[in-house]
Order: sequence, then structure tokens, then C-alpha cells
Amino acid sequence: MAPILQVKELTHVYSEGTPFEHTALRNISFSVERGEFVGIIGHTGSGKSTLIQHLNGLLKPTSGQVLLDGRDIWESKAVTRQSRFRVGLVFQYPEYQLFEETVFKDIAFGPRNMGLQDEEIRRRVEEAADFVGLTKKQLDASPFDLSGGQKRRVAIAGVIAMEPEVLILDEPTAGLDPAGREEILGNILAYRRGKNATIMMVSHSMGDVARLANRLLVMNGSNLAMDGAPQEVFAHSQELLEMGLDIPVVTRIFLHLRRLGLDVPQVYTMEQAADALEEVRRNRQC
Amino acid sequence: MLKDITLGQYFPGNSPIHRMDPRAKLLLLIVYIVALFLAAGWVSYGVMLVFLAVCIAVSRIPLKAFLRGLKPLVIILIFTGVLNIFFAPGDTVLLKFWGITVTLEGVVRAVQMMLRILMLISGTFLLTYTTSPIALTDGLESLLNPLKKIRVPVHELSMMMCIALRFIPTLIEETDKIMSAQRSRGADFESGKLMERVRALIPILVPLFISAFRRADELATAMECRCYHGGEGRTKMKLLRYSRRDYFAFGLGAALLAGIIVLVNFGL
Repeated sequence: MAPILQVKELTHVYSEGTPFEHTALRNISFSVERGEFVGIIGHTGSGKSTLIQHLNGLLKPTSGQVLLDGRDIWESKAVTRQSRFRVGLVFQYPEYQLFEETVFKDIAFGPRNMGLQDEEIRRRVEEAADFVGLTKKQLDASPFDLSGGQKRRVAIAGVIAMEPEVLILDEPTAGLDPAGREEILGNILAYRRGKNATIMMVSHSMGDVARLANRLLVMNGSNLAMDGAPQEVFAHSQELLEMGLDIPVVTRIFLHLRRLGLDVPQVYTMEQAADALEEVRRNRQC
Repeated sequence: MLKDITLGQYFPGNSPIHRMDPRAKLLLLIVYIVALFLAAGWVSYGVMLVFLAVCIAVSRIPLKAFLRGLKPLVIILIFTGVLNIFFAPGDTVLLKFWGITVTLEGVVRAVQMMLRILMLISGTFLLTYTTSPIALTDGLESLLNPLKKIRVPVHELSMMMCIALRFIPTLIEETDKIMSAQRSRGADFESGKLMERVRALIPILVPLFISAFRRADELATAMECRCYHGGEGRTKMKLLRYSRRDYFAFGLGAALLAGIIVLVNFGL
């Protein structure tokens, strides 16, 4: 089957032809298969946000192409609009975009724009609310009476209700407490499982992307610096640190252990770390 | 997109006009406007035009900036011109059709009125292009200070103006962000009938208002944390002081005004 998303030699220049000209993306190419969980990392200003805004046709490439299911999303106006529904984009701090009187109506905004029947809208809203763990009672509340974490879940449900094949999230856990972060990440995984969706997530938390993603894209200075499975990417820990990026805490601890002369493999999740230490202990015993 | 709005934008620079005291610039602008409205004949218009051109040249602001700023006013200009051509009284008839007469006096008047509006707006632009909003409100506050005697809250007004100016770019950026977010949910701002388009603005305006109030609240708290309590006894880090440059400008302004009055008296 063809990849769900294909980015071909994508370049984006802001304010072209003015003194403020700035190249945000330079010749980026990659493709995403159905069902993948892709983590996008890179420091502030590396082009991550610009990149994801190309994937649902909010920004038009200066040159290059974005193909959704093999079709250029700028082929015609109708295709562009359709791609907004098929590729759901959750912005940073999405709770600031809520506007309706009730949570239900806010979540229904996307499906209503798709021109669906009331029956179908109701089903989708309820299902989306279920994915993010909102109760029936909360659906009738005003979104402005909810807590910060709940508001964010409403906003994410608003995108999920369009049932996008690809769900893109820009730092969905920024500014939440640890419990809130786990809940949001759990909601995303639930949607992925339930709809067999493709997930792309921008994050500054290396621990999170290492644990969840099966593939990482590393952006650095408008370029795609690395593209690979987490173990491949984190094998280049030194380069990541030079780019001003973090590496998961366990990876850093194990790098240090190696430097101290302990024979441990490269790890990037807690589970792997536990296994590796178990292995070391067993070897010591015999 | 929205970021391209230039009306009243500051162009940082280091020309003599940039370095003038904002109060002097404000006063000179008033003198300039008075002179502009006194001007009647072609000679006095010419003098005003030369004065403006010299000022623009000295400021080193690109002419393109002025043209871009004037673009939204083209309709008003044309409207003024047409109105004057057709309806100004006069005797020397140039054209006559469908009961409408075009007189020489009408054409002259139309051209002069358009020139007046053009020079008026360009002069104001010159002030806002060469003066940072902060300096401008500072100057305004200092000029209006005497009004405090009759209990006009001058400091509060200028602080409000300053904050409003400061937050224009922030709000524009915020609007852009909210628009992108709603567009991602399939909102359509570009098509549909008038009523549909107006309704399409609700998903932008509601979040925008909420965030503006939130920001205002945060700003008020932050200001109070730094012990802000109004203008009472407040001192300034940058004191405004007239320099030789400003006195020279005052002299120039006085000469311009006197010159125009003399010219007009001679019917020029």
C-alpha cells in the first residue's frame, strides 16, 4: 500500500522578496506509512511548526509537494479542503481556540463543517469525548467552566471528531502536570488503536517520544537532520546534544555508566534500562 | 497576510528627524497642518510640497513605505476629487454633459483638495514612521500635562494608548494562530454569502476576546507586582529635553507658517 503521507523536496520561504525573507524549511523529503507513530523533535525555530502546517494544507509550499494518499493536496481547492479533514492538526495550547456555548457544540464544529448529518455528528462527538475521557455530563457544560487539562482534552476531541486518518499534535502535553500529560498521551494512543490512525507528534520531551514513537524525525536549522527508529536516532546522542536537543534521561545515565566502564547497551526507555541492568546483575552472579 | 498592515508603523532609523524630540515633532506637525489648511494658491502649495519632500528626504524613509500606507486611502482621494470636479462652483466652463458642468475652477479645486489630503496624510505618516509608539505617547503625555490642572487623567490616557499600541502586533499574531486552528477544523472564511461570512468570524472573535481579557488581567497583575499605581510621583528614566535640533525645527516651522500667511495675503 502506498504511504499515507509523502513529502517531496518541500521548501518554504516566509515573506519571499522582502527584507524579512526567511527560509523555514529546506528541501525536506520523507514519507509516513499508515499506522506509524512519528515523533518530531527539534529545538525552537527549527521548522517543526512550519512543517506540520504543510501537512494539512494550511501553508502552501514555496516549492515541492505534499502527497496525501498519493494525491497532491494542492491539486484543487476541494482536495485541499478535504485534506484538512483527513489530516487532523492539533495546535499548541489548543484550549485557546474553544468558542462555543457547550462542549458538545465545540467538538461538533469540525464534523459540522464537513457537512455531516446530525445523527452522524452526535455519534462522532460522543465517540471523540469517549476517547479523551470526557463524561456525558461534561458535554453539556460550558467549555470555559472546565479545568485547563479538561479544556485541552475538549480541543483534542474537536479534531478527533473529524476522524482524521492522520492525527498531528504540536506539543500536546506542554504546560500540563505529570498526571495530565499521561492522560493526554493515553488518549492519543487510544485513538490510534481505535481507528488504526497514523500519529505525528511534536514534542520536547525525549522520554515521551522515545517511549511512544516507532520513528523519529529530527529537525535542525530548517533541515531534516535525522529520520529513523528511536534506537537509531538516540545512537547519535552526541550529535543530538550538539543540536541543542535533549536525550532521554535513561539514555544519558547509561552513556555515563559506559563511560565509567560498565558494559551496558544503549537504551532509551525505562523498560530497556531495567532489562539491561537485570542482565548485568545476572552476569555478575555467575 | 494580516501582518502586512502598515498604517502607522515605526521604521527604526537614525536620521535627524528620528532623533528629534517627540514633542517637537508633534508641535511641528500641528504647525504643518495649520499651514496646509491656510495654503490657497499654487505657490503656497508648492512651498508646502517642497517642505514635505525635504523632510521625507532627510528622514531616509523609503518612498515606497508612504505609497503603501496611502493605498487604502485611494478611494477617499478619488471620491474627493470627483466631488470637487463636478460640484465646485465656477464660471469657466470646460465641459458640459447630461446637465453636469465641469469648470476650470472645479478642476483646480479638485487637484488642490487631493493634494491637501495627500500631504496631510504623508505628514502624519512621517511622524509615526520616525517616532516609536513609546516616544510618541511620552511626548503626548508631556504636551498634555497642563490639562492635569483641570483633572484630565493624562497619564492614565497615555498609558492606555501605549499598552494598546504595544499589543497590536501580539493580537495580530494571536488572530493568525486562531484562524489557522479553526481552518484546521474546516472553518471557511473566504467563501459564502455576507451573513455566512459574518457568522464565520465568531469562532475567531470569541477566543480572541477571551485571550485579550486574560492578557489584560495578567498584565495588570504584573504591573502591580512592580508597584505601578498610576502617574502620581512617577519619574522617568528617559527625560525629554529639547536640543538645538528641536529649536532649529521650531524656527523652520515658524518660518513656514509666516511664509504661507504672507503668500496667501498676496493671493498666491
